[in-house]
Amino acid sequence: MIIAVILRLVPDANGDLEIGDSGTEIDREWIDLVLNEFDDQALEEAVLLKEASAAKVIALALAGEGVDRLLQTALARGADEACKIEHDLGDAVSSRAAAPILAAAVRGLGAEIVMTGVQTSEDLFGQLAPYLGASLDWPHLSAVGGVGLVEGMLKARQEQSGGRLVEYRISLPAVLGVQTASQPPRYVSGTKLRQAAGLPLKTLPADGDAGTNTAQIVSLEHPVRQGGAKMLDGSPTQVAQGIVDVLRQHALAKG
Amino acid sequence: MKILVCVETRAARIEPVSLELLSAAHALAGAGQGSVEAFTLGIEPSVAGPQLAFVDTLVSVTGTSAYTPEAYGAAVLAAVRQRKPNIVLASYTPLGLDVAPALALRAGMALVGYCAELTLAESAVEASSQIYGGKLRARTRTPLPVVCVVTPGAYPEATAAGAFHGEIVEIAPPTAEPRMRIESETAPDASGVDLTKAERILCVGRGIGEKDNIAAAAEVASLLGAELAGSRPVVDSGWLPKARQVGKSGQKVKPKLYLCLGVSGAPEHIEGMKASELIIAVNTDAKAPIFDLAHYGATCDLLELLPSLEEILKAGV
Repeated sequence: MIIAVILRLVPDANGDLEIGDSGTEIDREWIDLVLNEFDDQALEEAVLLKEASAAKVIALALAGEGVDRLLQTALARGADEACKIEHDLGDAVSSRAAAPILAAAVRGLGAEIVMTGVQTSEDLFGQLAPYLGASLDWPHLSAVGGVGLVEGMLKARQEQSGGRLVEYRISLPAVLGVQTASQPPRYVSGTKLRQAAGLPLKTLPADGDAGTNTAQIVSLEHPVRQGGAKMLDGSPTQVAQGIVDVLRQHALAKG
Repeated sequence: MKILVCVETRAARIEPVSLELLSAAHALAGAGQGSVEAFTLGIEPSVAGPQLAFVDTLVSVTGTSAYTPEAYGAAVLAAVRQRKPNIVLASYTPLGLDVAPALALRAGMALVGYCAELTLAESAVEASSQIYGGKLRARTRTPLPVVCVVTPGAYPEATAAGAFHGEIVEIAPPTAEPRMRIESETAPDASGVDLTKAERILCVGRGIGEKDNIAAAAEVASLLGAELAGSRPVVDSGWLPKARQVGKSGQKVKPKLYLCLGVSGAPEHIEGMKASELIIAVNTDAKAPIFDLAHYGATCDLLELLPSLEEILKAGV
């Protein structure tokens, strides 16, 4: 059984994001790209499922800057193969545009399970897992963890509001949008990463046309502060005193 | 202008997020002299109470007990094909995450997500959406027909306003063999902490850095008489148990005090804590969206702050 896990690099939302001259996209010139945090969880869950079921994990990514290293890291973390897909989708890829190309790759590889992160911080035009599910006409479930195989079916646990957990059984083949792996993504040593840097990657040609997306960004802006917080300045000790003073004013200091 | 709302129900009651969507639909329809249709799955049309007073049509699919994204998606696709709405509104919920993109693709509609504000502009919808963890706002203009996925909390819940006088349209459930089913449901663990009842919460976010730093935050929480909580990355890293998670996939809390340390304030976190009475946020990134919501803020290093807080609270001065 083949598990395809789709990995994406995204701008680091914890860093500074500048808006480019067009005013409709971020300036990607100096930006830090990081593995989408939910794809990180999806990779871990795929490798855990492989370890429990003797499946084979193939890491897949659209070609681009930093993707070779991304895929080599996936190999170091337990993926058996890694493939990058050539494409002409540009830098900021919408999941809708990418879905038919990724769906064709998944079919070509003979995968029965697809895992990817439930969302990215920039998938404004919809999430990948349901687009892939609809493109492939496979069942799909988002916001899941706790993936396993039971009597030839997938089991997956969906996290709902308030901590309610709903466990599903899904026929194969299927697509999962992973939110949380069953254990935190594993640590990989520097030595192992260096060894993985020499491992070969496969390159697949884009098969199929990009999906169309008629929604358009008119402008991108930094939100204007509305009111906002009264800032407490000074050294950490002064800030700590400031916080305790605020608590006293609100009668929230203990005792 | 016809607007179809994907209503989510639980135990035959309309979910609060869907009441929010109904208000959004009402506002949009009012601007364009349009009609509002509410789609429901698997419950009797008698659910149409006063909260649906301004709904023109209840589109009801009954005769199925399945309430999976697959069943909901197939039923709402059938409804969209029959009713041909110009705009479909869905919520940014686990169900909406699956149903909305698949519907948009299958019905040939555009989709815009993470919507916080929607307006009609001739034959298009203009939306304002929060992306990159709330750090940037994207304004989009999307020609109809379009599926808009709305962030919970963006609109007030529709309230009872008279009786439902609209038309009820019943659609037969799709007959395809189901490929997924619900095996079991687990309620949140009631034996441990209940953050929803906590009066004071100290929440740590990604900025706490590593597991070993949790102990210092726990000590300060104890001195404050506060429950210790974490944002999703902290819980996903295994540093705090799931029952202590605040946010979209955790608990929705409304304490008197919400002191958050190293939390950036992504929309998914805000959804779980914005009803807090007093919010104090500490984050080294002065541009973190949490400062828009917080009453008080500071940008100092929280690992330097925690020992100072502990010292002052212990000294009681």
